[in-house]
Amino acid sequence: MNEEIKSFTISVYTENNIGLLNRISAIFQRRHINIESLTTSQSEIENVNRFVIVVNITESQASKVVKQIEKQVEALRAYYHTDDETIYTESCMFKIKSDLLFEEPQIQNIIKDSNARIVTVNKKFFVLEKSGRRNEIELLRRELNVFGIMQFVRSGRIAVTKEEMKITEMLAAFNNQ
Amino acid sequence: MKTQTENKTQEVTSKTIRIAGSEAVVRSLIAEGVDILYGYPGGAIMPVYDELFKFRNEIHHVLTRHEQGAAHAAQGFARISGRVGVAIATSGPGATNLITGIADAQIDSTPLVCITGQVASHLLGSDAFQETDIVGISTPVTKWSCQVTKASEIPEVLAKAFYIAKSGRPGPVLVDITKDAQFGELDFEYKKCTGVRSYIPIPKTNPEAVKAAADLINSAKKPMIIWGQGVILGKAENELKAVIEKTGIPAAWTILGASAIPTSHPLNIGMVGMHGNYAPNKLTNECDVLIAIGMRFDDRVTGNLSTYAKQAKIVHFDIDPAEIDKNVKTDVAVIGDSKDSLAQLLPLLDVKSHEGWLQEFKDLYDIEFDKVIKDDIYPTKEGLTMGEVLKQINIESKGNAAIVSDVGQHQMIACRYSEFNLTKSNITSGGLGTMGFALPAAIGAKMAAPDREVVAIIGDGGFQMNIQELGTVFQQKVPVKIVVLNNEFLGMVRQWQQLFFDKRYASTEMTNPDFVTIAKGYYIEAKRISKREELEGAIKDMIASKNSYFLEVCVEKEDNVFPMIPTGASVSDIRLS
Repeated sequence: MNEEIKSFTISVYTENNIGLLNRISAIFQRRHINIESLTTSQSEIENVNRFVIVVNITESQASKVVKQIEKQVEALRAYYHTDDETIYTESCMFKIKSDLLFEEPQIQNIIKDSNARIVTVNKKFFVLEKSGRRNEIELLRRELNVFGIMQFVRSGRIAVTKEEMKITEMLAAFNNQ
Repeated sequence: MKTQTENKTQEVTSKTIRIAGSEAVVRSLIAEGVDILYGYPGGAIMPVYDELFKFRNEIHHVLTRHEQGAAHAAQGFARISGRVGVAIATSGPGATNLITGIADAQIDSTPLVCITGQVASHLLGSDAFQETDIVGISTPVTKWSCQVTKASEIPEVLAKAFYIAKSGRPGPVLVDITKDAQFGELDFEYKKCTGVRSYIPIPKTNPEAVKAAADLINSAKKPMIIWGQGVILGKAENELKAVIEKTGIPAAWTILGASAIPTSHPLNIGMVGMHGNYAPNKLTNECDVLIAIGMRFDDRVTGNLSTYAKQAKIVHFDIDPAEIDKNVKTDVAVIGDSKDSLAQLLPLLDVKSHEGWLQEFKDLYDIEFDKVIKDDIYPTKEGLTMGEVLKQINIESKGNAAIVSDVGQHQMIACRYSEFNLTKSNITSGGLGTMGFALPAAIGAKMAAPDREVVAIIGDGGFQMNIQELGTVFQQKVPVKIVVLNNEFLGMVRQWQQLFFDKRYASTEMTNPDFVTIAKGYYIEAKRISKREELEGAIKDMIASKNSYFLEVCVEKEDNVFPMIPTGASVSDIRLS
């Protein structure tokens, strides 16, 4: 197995129970693996949650961690994928002084070129939102940083995989047992 | 909780009755067939204790002297019987005191249900008296855990807890019940849990994997089996025996696999691991196919992984997919229940004998006998050895005793020299190495199997870690036999200090109290011996006794346990001295 450290997206389908986040994060903590980002949300299936966890580890570590996650009673299924095997994005927001919009016309070009969206504008500040790859978001942050950013926040990665997950089949099999 | 949507349950058997949550706890335990549980009362669990008092004719609560003792007693109960052990404690320190036992049960796959009281739900997070986040603390050392804040959830959560603890690869679960949930009322009906949708306890054995395993085994010239506790947990002793007898494959065991096949079986070639037998360790690096059954390639078994069985094809049978390729890369993995997998394997195997190969094990055994075993069990020096004590226990118990050992030198000696005729007879703390395990575990084991002889083998260090449980032995009149092998040292650590730290005996020498007086203080019949001529009579008296019995044997102070694979060394570099 390849021992090179790579970025892996770990997708976990789970029941929505208190304490499960703790149980899953403990699996990484115990192995001294830093979680780069973690997002949880409703999945495509009613009452089933989905975790998207990004870690930089070797493939053999990824495979072992995924088995340990799947072993948890309330985890339905876990998978790991390389960046090539997923479609992924992150989202970010900037809060910037409204004066700058008028004083620094360059900002308007940056917004246009980056495909960012203005969420709200008031007298004091405006809020920009952008989704995209990490490098696009980083570029935008660097460009806006020149003028001053009041607040910046970036979400964790969300990702869908190119391959099928087959969770519905697993749940159907349980119900038909 | 949304367990209603995710569990499968049995048909309703009991009619609904209106009762308190605390009564529901006890009625749920009774419905699960629990007749003994171990615990310690306290504020946040008092409503349940009040019900235990009312139901005392149906369910026997054993008051231990410390919650750690309760957890280990429940483990001993589970290990000898295959049933779920139950421990109960109050919130805060009561709950945290269970943790060592829970962690031990997790790493040794022992089915436990631990019930803890918790402060009332409106106080959660307020740093209330004896509040601790026990679900959070126990998360990494439990198979599953859950906090109950409503009386109505109690039967369903307990049903799920028992199902998870005992199904698949067993393990400990913890259910934390707030005091208001114990006082609250519910319409009680008990339905056993028969499935949880996110949990596959027993993966279905893949016949193609079994075929691939059979092909490899049939083609092998020098095959070797290492079995572990998975054989005992899967009740696959007969299937394993049939496999080794049909194929003539020499079979070794891990510490927790001990006793699944009788010691005297001609194909039983002994223990693998750090202080295991010479032949199976050495020949692990000579075999051409290594068949691992219900074992997890622990580092104490493999030594240095980069030189472990590199020449061999590896076939790994396990119920837990996470064990496959975890430490040792397998060529064929058979995931599933050990009984089922071995039963499928058996008809595909060729009838064989590997006499020349088996002779290699016998030759190495002879070397080990000359260099180590002879001096351990037939010593000529003045001081008593631990090995000769074990030999005498074998003789007097006719190999039918369950041996409950603690952790250290005496444990390795007990595992090396005990003769086992019956399965589930070696009860010890394997994965976690918990000193203080044996005394309470022996109490639990004896209560679960009153017809069996149960002998606890404990060092002078470990004995003092849970010595208070002599109080439980006395109060419950548990006729357990307790042997303390006293070398006035933390012997295993001292051995390492001698070998690897230039004999700097940092904090390993023990100035001990008079153990016999202490045992007698608990009204337990007690004796101390230090001479060879006293040994036979003392063990005879102990085994013959119908009551609990304490025997202190003063043994040679600075004996070492050999063979030994030093940490980081290869299994084939096993040392005889």
